[in-house]
Amino acid sequence: MNTQFAIFVFLALATLIGAASVALSRNIFWSAMGLLSCLVGVGGLYVMLSADFVAITQLLVYIGGVLVLILFAIMLTSQIQEISVSNRSVGLVGGYLIFFVVSTLLSFVALWAPWRLTSKEPVANTTVALGDGLLGTWLLPFEIASVLLVATLVGAIVIARKEVKSDS
Amino acid sequence: MRITLGLDSTSLSRRYPRLAILATLFMAFGLPLGLYVAALAVFPLNTPERLDAMAEQWLGYDLAGSPYRYIVYTAFLLLVAFIAVNYTAVFGGVSTWVERRVAGRMQSRIGPNRPGAAGFLSWVADAVKMILKEDTIPAEADHLLFRAAPYFSMVGLLLPFVVLPFGEATVVTDMNVGVFYVAAASAFVVVGILVSGWASNSKWALFGGIRGAAQVMSYEIPAGIAMMVPVLMAGTLSMQGIVRAQGGWPWQWFVFQNPAAFVAFFIAVTASLAEGNRTPFDLPEAESELVAGYHAEYSGFRLAIFLMVEWANMWIMAGLAVTLFLGGWQVPGYGAEDYARLLGTGLLPAPGWFGLQLLSMLMFVVKTWALVFVFIWLRWTLPRVRVDQMMSLCWKYLVPGAFLCFVVTLVWQLLVPPAGVAFTGYALTALALFVLAKFAVATRRNISKVAGHRVDLGNW
Amino acid sequence: MGYQFAAVLAFAVMAVLFALVVLMVGRLLRPRFPNDDKLSIYECGERPVGSAWYNFNPRFYLIALVFIVFEVDIALTFPVVVVYAAWIEKGLGFVAFVELILFTVVLLVGLAWAWGHGDLEWIKKLSESPRKTDRSGLVAPTARPGV
Repeated sequence: MNTQFAIFVFLALATLIGAASVALSRNIFWSAMGLLSCLVGVGGLYVMLSADFVAITQLLVYIGGVLVLILFAIMLTSQIQEISVSNRSVGLVGGYLIFFVVSTLLSFVALWAPWRLTSKEPVANTTVALGDGLLGTWLLPFEIASVLLVATLVGAIVIARKEVKSDS
Repeated sequence: MRITLGLDSTSLSRRYPRLAILATLFMAFGLPLGLYVAALAVFPLNTPERLDAMAEQWLGYDLAGSPYRYIVYTAFLLLVAFIAVNYTAVFGGVSTWVERRVAGRMQSRIGPNRPGAAGFLSWVADAVKMILKEDTIPAEADHLLFRAAPYFSMVGLLLPFVVLPFGEATVVTDMNVGVFYVAAASAFVVVGILVSGWASNSKWALFGGIRGAAQVMSYEIPAGIAMMVPVLMAGTLSMQGIVRAQGGWPWQWFVFQNPAAFVAFFIAVTASLAEGNRTPFDLPEAESELVAGYHAEYSGFRLAIFLMVEWANMWIMAGLAVTLFLGGWQVPGYGAEDYARLLGTGLLPAPGWFGLQLLSMLMFVVKTWALVFVFIWLRWTLPRVRVDQMMSLCWKYLVPGAFLCFVVTLVWQLLVPPAGVAFTGYALTALALFVLAKFAVATRRNISKVAGHRVDLGNW
Repeated sequence: MGYQFAAVLAFAVMAVLFALVVLMVGRLLRPRFPNDDKLSIYECGERPVGSAWYNFNPRFYLIALVFIVFEVDIALTFPVVVVYAAWIEKGLGFVAFVELILFTVVLLVGLAWAWGHGDLEWIKKLSESPRKTDRSGLVAPTARPGV
C-alpha cells in the first residue's frame, strides 16, 4: 500500500508542478513542457484508478495530438524569439482574484463533496466493457460523436484555411 | 592531441585474425543468444504471483507478506527492463552493420570490413567512438531542452518492448490494451523530434523537427486504422491474444486469411516505415536539403542515441508487423495444448518446454529479421519522396485505403464462414508463393543477361 | 494491471537511466575543448543569421488539427472493434456492423469534403502565391508571417 501511495504522490506532484509551470513559466515553450508533465501525471492517475484504456487514450490523444498541436501553435505565435514579450503577465489583479476564487471553490468541493466509495473490484478488461457500453447504452452518443468530429474537422479547416490563405 | 594505445581495432584484428573471429562470433551470436536466453529465463516470471510462488518454493520465503515485496518487484522489473534496453542497443548496433554491408553489396562496393571478421565489430567501434567524442551544445541553444530531447526519444523507443511478444512465454507483460498502447507510445517520439528541433535553435533542425512531427503524426492515422484489421479478426487488443488467434503455417496467418488484411499489411508496413523515418520517408533528415534535420546540432553520444533509436525502431516496426499479420512466434505444427502439456503443473517445466520456447522465439526472430532486410533493401532501392508526395500518399491513398480495408474486414467477419476463410488462406498463400517464384526467376534472368554476371552469394 | 503499468514505468526509467549512465561515463572520458566557432550553430559555414525561433507555415498546424480528429476517431473505434467478434457470436453482429459503418462513413464524408475543397493539397498554395516558399513548405525567415 505504501508503494502505491508513494507512486500516487509522485504522479500528483508531476501533475501539480506541471500545471503550475504551465501558468508560471515565462518561456512559452517551457509552459508546454510543463503541460507534458501534467498530462503524463494525469495518465498515471488514470492507471491508478484501473482505467487502462483511458490512460492510453490520454497518451495517444493528449500527448501525441493536443500537446504537439500546442507546440505547433507556440511556434506560430508571433515574436516567439523575444521570450519576455511573448509571455508577459497581464491583468495580475484579475488573475489572482480568479485563482483564489476557483481554487477555494475546488478545495471545498474536493473536501466536502459526499464522494461515493465503492468496494467493487476493478473491471478486469475495461476495453471490452467500454465496447459493450458503446454498442448498448451509449450507442446514440457514439454516433453523435462522429458527427461532432466531422463538425470539428470542417470547422478547424475552414478557420485555419483563412489563416493559410491570408499569409500566403 | 592524439592518444594512441596501439589498440585500435583494425590493427588488432589484423595482428590476431583468430582472436578477431572469436570476438566476432561472440558478439554476433553469443551476445544476442545470451540476451534471448536471459529473456526466456526472466520474462515468464514477470508477474507478482509467480515471483511470490518462486520465493515460497525455492527460498521458503513468504514474499507476499513481506515488507520488502515491492522492493523485490521493482528490482525485478528493472532487471527485465535492463535486458530489453541491452537488446535494443545490440540490435541497433548490429543492424547498422547489416545495413552498411547490404548497401555495399547493392552498390557493388565492399562496405565496412576492418574491425573483426567481415567488419562485424565496426558497430562496437562506432559506439566506443561516439562515447569518446566531444559533446558540443550550441551556445545559443536552449541547453536544458537540448539535453532532454534524446531521453524522450529513448523512452519512446523502449516503451513498445513492454508488450512486444518474443515467444510463447517470452513477453514482458501481456496488456489488455497492447496494440493500442503500442500505437500511443510513438507520442514520445514525436515530442522528442519536435523538442530537439526547437531546442537546437538551428534553422535546419527546426525544419527537420517540424517536418518530422508532421510526418509521424500523419502516418499514425493509416497505421492505427490498419492495425484495427487484425484486432477485428482476433477480437482482442492483447498482442499475445492476436498471435494465439493465428497459426504457425502461412495460410493460418492473418495476412493471408482475408484479402483486406493482405492490403492492410502493406499499408501498415508503409506507414510504419514513415513513422520510423526510414527511407524513402526520411524527409526529416534529408541530407540533400536539411543537412541532418532535427539532429543537425547533436554530436557525440547524444547523436548516437538518436541514431540508435532510429535503427532499433526497425525491430519494433518489423516485430509489430510480424505479430499482427505474420503469425508472430507461432511454430508450425505446435498448438496451445503442446505448450500446456510440456509446461506441466510442477515448478520447473519439462526441458522440452524450453526447447519449444526457444523454437518459438526463433520463429519470431527469423521473421522479424526477414522484414528488417526488406526495410534495408527498400532503403537502398527507392529514392526519397518529396514533402508534398509524402503528404498526399498519406492522406489520399493510405488513409482511404486503410478505411476501405477496415470496412471490407467488417463485412468479411460478418458474412464469410470459417471454410471460406480457410480457402482464402490457401489461395492467398499460393498466390504469394507464385509471385515470389516469378520474382526470383525474373531476377535470375535479369542478372544472367549482363555478360559475366551471375547470382553470387559468396563474397560476403 | 497495476503491475503491468509498473513495468511501463520501469521501462521508462531504464530508458532514461541507460542514456544517463552512458553520457555520464562519456563525460569522464571525452575531451572538452569548447570554443566560439565550435559552439556556433551550423548554417552552411556562415555565421548564423538571427535566431531560428521564428514562425513557420501554418499548414503544419492544419495537419495537427486533422490528426487530432482522426486520432479521437481511432480511440473511439478501438473498443467497439474489440467486441465486434463477440457481438457476431452473440448474433448481434448487425448492430455492431451498422454502428461502425455509420461512424466510419460520417467521418469519411468529412475527409472527402476536405479533399474536394483542396485542403489535402500540399503545394497548391505554392503556385497561387506570389511570395516564394521553399520546398520544405516553410516560409523563408524574412517573411515573418503573423506579424
